[in-house]
Amino acid sequence: MQNVMGIINLNLGQDVLKELTMGRPLAALPFGGRYRLIDFILSNMVNSGMQNVGILVQDKYRALMDHLRSGKEWDLARKRDGLFILPPSPNPCSSGGCRGSVENFYNNLDYIESSRQEYMLIAGSHIVCNLNYRKAFKFHKDMNADITILYKEYDAEDELSQYTILDCQPDGRISDMGSQSSRTVSRKVSMEMYLIEKGLLVELIKDCQARGGWDFVKDVLIKNVDKLKMFGYAYKGYAARIDSIKNYYRHNMDLLRPEKWEELFFKSGLVYTKVKDAAPVKYKENARAFNTMVANGCIIEGRVENSILFRGVKVHKGAYIKDSIIMQKCEIAENAIIENVICDKNVCITQGKWLKGEKNYPLVVTKGTRV
Amino acid sequence: MRKKECIAMILAGGQGSRLGNLTRKIAKPAVPFGGKYRIIDFPLSNCHNSGIDTVGVLTQYRPLALHSYIGIGSPWDLDRRDGGVYVLPPYAQEGGAEWYKGTADAIYQNLNFIDMINPNYVLVLSGDHIYNMDYSLMLDHHKKQKAEATISVIEVPWHETSRFGIMNTDEQGRITEFVEKPKEAKSNLASMGIYIFNWRLLRKSLEDDRKNALSSHDFGKDIIPKLLMDGHRLFSYYFKGYWKDVGTVESFWEANMDLLADEPELDLYNPNWRVYSVNPTRPPHYIGVTAKITRSLVSEGCSILGEVEHSVIFPGVHIEEGAIIKDSIVMPYVTIGRDAQIYRGIIGRKSLIEEGALIGSINHEGICVIEENIVIPSDAQILENHMISKQKQVG
Repeated sequence: MQNVMGIINLNLGQDVLKELTMGRPLAALPFGGRYRLIDFILSNMVNSGMQNVGILVQDKYRALMDHLRSGKEWDLARKRDGLFILPPSPNPCSSGGCRGSVENFYNNLDYIESSRQEYMLIAGSHIVCNLNYRKAFKFHKDMNADITILYKEYDAEDELSQYTILDCQPDGRISDMGSQSSRTVSRKVSMEMYLIEKGLLVELIKDCQARGGWDFVKDVLIKNVDKLKMFGYAYKGYAARIDSIKNYYRHNMDLLRPEKWEELFFKSGLVYTKVKDAAPVKYKENARAFNTMVANGCIIEGRVENSILFRGVKVHKGAYIKDSIIMQKCEIAENAIIENVICDKNVCITQGKWLKGEKNYPLVVTKGTRV
Repeated sequence: MRKKECIAMILAGGQGSRLGNLTRKIAKPAVPFGGKYRIIDFPLSNCHNSGIDTVGVLTQYRPLALHSYIGIGSPWDLDRRDGGVYVLPPYAQEGGAEWYKGTADAIYQNLNFIDMINPNYVLVLSGDHIYNMDYSLMLDHHKKQKAEATISVIEVPWHETSRFGIMNTDEQGRITEFVEKPKEAKSNLASMGIYIFNWRLLRKSLEDDRKNALSSHDFGKDIIPKLLMDGHRLFSYYFKGYWKDVGTVESFWEANMDLLADEPELDLYNPNWRVYSVNPTRPPHYIGVTAKITRSLVSEGCSILGEVEHSVIFPGVHIEEGAIIKDSIVMPYVTIGRDAQIYRGIIGRKSLIEEGALIGSINHEGICVIEENIVIPSDAQILENHMISKQKQVG
């Protein structure tokens, strides 16, 4: 897949996680004990053999830059190609920021056009999965497709009203796509991952921009369903869509099932992230932990159940953490009790405090708060 | 190259034969330690944390694992445009190839490397000690005393003085006498094998030592006594803190167990003094519903369903339900089967302990060492003070 360049488009669902995405882009949201969302798509691209990845960033991307730096951890600090940050360049005709992905693509067309690769893989960072794109790329070439869209088929009981649904013919050809409506029976949800030839993308973006469109899905894909050969490619593995606090909480908790832990972190390649050089986890005399995922650098003296602890968390004597997500460098003081809580980074829960959220409505404690 | 004030030379060529199976395939500095590290991480991290950015690592015995581990030095921030880490194995020259014949000879054979940098001071370190130490403070001391050489010393219990090189000093800390393994010690200040030399003096004494046919080319036995005899200004630098030479299986095991104390002397969690290492790409570890863990260190990528007490567990270890691990060290990527029991064991990398196997016993004092890549079959019992290696495999 050296002939494919990756574009990670962060112009999707920026503020959907309220407090958790207030100071950071969704892509920089901590997930799974030691990662940020963008690690998964980046690692997938690298593990698939791609060597040139551009990231279309939106506002507040400092946290992301701090995380990515040279791209060394993903082996993307290369002499040629490697990692590129594509910022939204100030455009005189758009006061008030970028209106949509197309504009963002348009502003960075020179980077795309000058790349060595002939094909592109466009994806967001909001879907967490361990996916090797080689098979999808082979499918794309075998079908001689203009655009291949990766999709995941959902169960009947899942709520799909916010998503883009694909109608596919038996050979995979997409006959229609759009939001869910009463007439659609398909449960094939677009994963917003697209394979496309570079020249075609450039043409479509220029065309769309000229006609005043700016939404990639509506103005580029849906408008061209009849004109272009678009195919759907089914992804059958685990995919966690992070688009609400509820889903964020639920999918973190998924990782406490060993088969999911195994699949997400090992299946078709390892997941890379920024290294923090934290020491191994120390369990002291009174530590009790079960059904829990713990990242390095934690020191545990209390009790932890059904929870996820990020790097460098301190759990003091008598503290009790249940069904919670505790991000980097939080401190849970003696005899504090927390249940169904998401603690953002650097939170301190002081001695004897009692905090409780609901399973379907976890309590979020914002970054750096002292409770 | 830009001139450096002080560079470090790490002696990492030793076999560490008293570590038995642990160093049959790798050099002692490459032996895993503390749930995540290798021994050489300590001097390398100390260099980085002390502001020393040019480090020569002298290797000789079984260097592959060590060389590939050090790489270009990026985990310790030693991938520098100017300086950085240099791996220095023995090499052939006109007149033939020779091995490093002693610690001093190893440095002697790399005089050209030090000449290339031409520093003011050379810090000589061992690649097989566990400690956190700020060498910049030692260098300050060296300069303040206008010393020509400074030797770092640590207090050891009086009854153990016969195992060490002991320094006798005057009130100013100037070394008056150096006695290797004395029967009747006059002081309990032991040399830690950490030296700072003025480069000019070191160069001269190494050249002199080379010509001396009777010399064993060792810093402690030859270079230091000679410098004292010639009346040079040698000072001691008193180090207070944790320091351990992990020369034997027992001391290696103890040093690992030392980390399990409630407040260990060696702090691995100090954000201002990080111990760096090559990080495995592994997810956070998973503690299962049936697991029980106390007084232990557990690293990333493990999945633990059994019982772990007072043990050090390295990355990627799987411990199945019903297994009991106590007072043990389990190295990376080991799998321990259902209901297996391990007491006072050291299990080498990638070994497999099958279901129901028993290693060691609760009442036993000795330590069982299982070499890397060994399969201990189901229901095997290894009770003695055993070393299991490929040649004497059980079952």
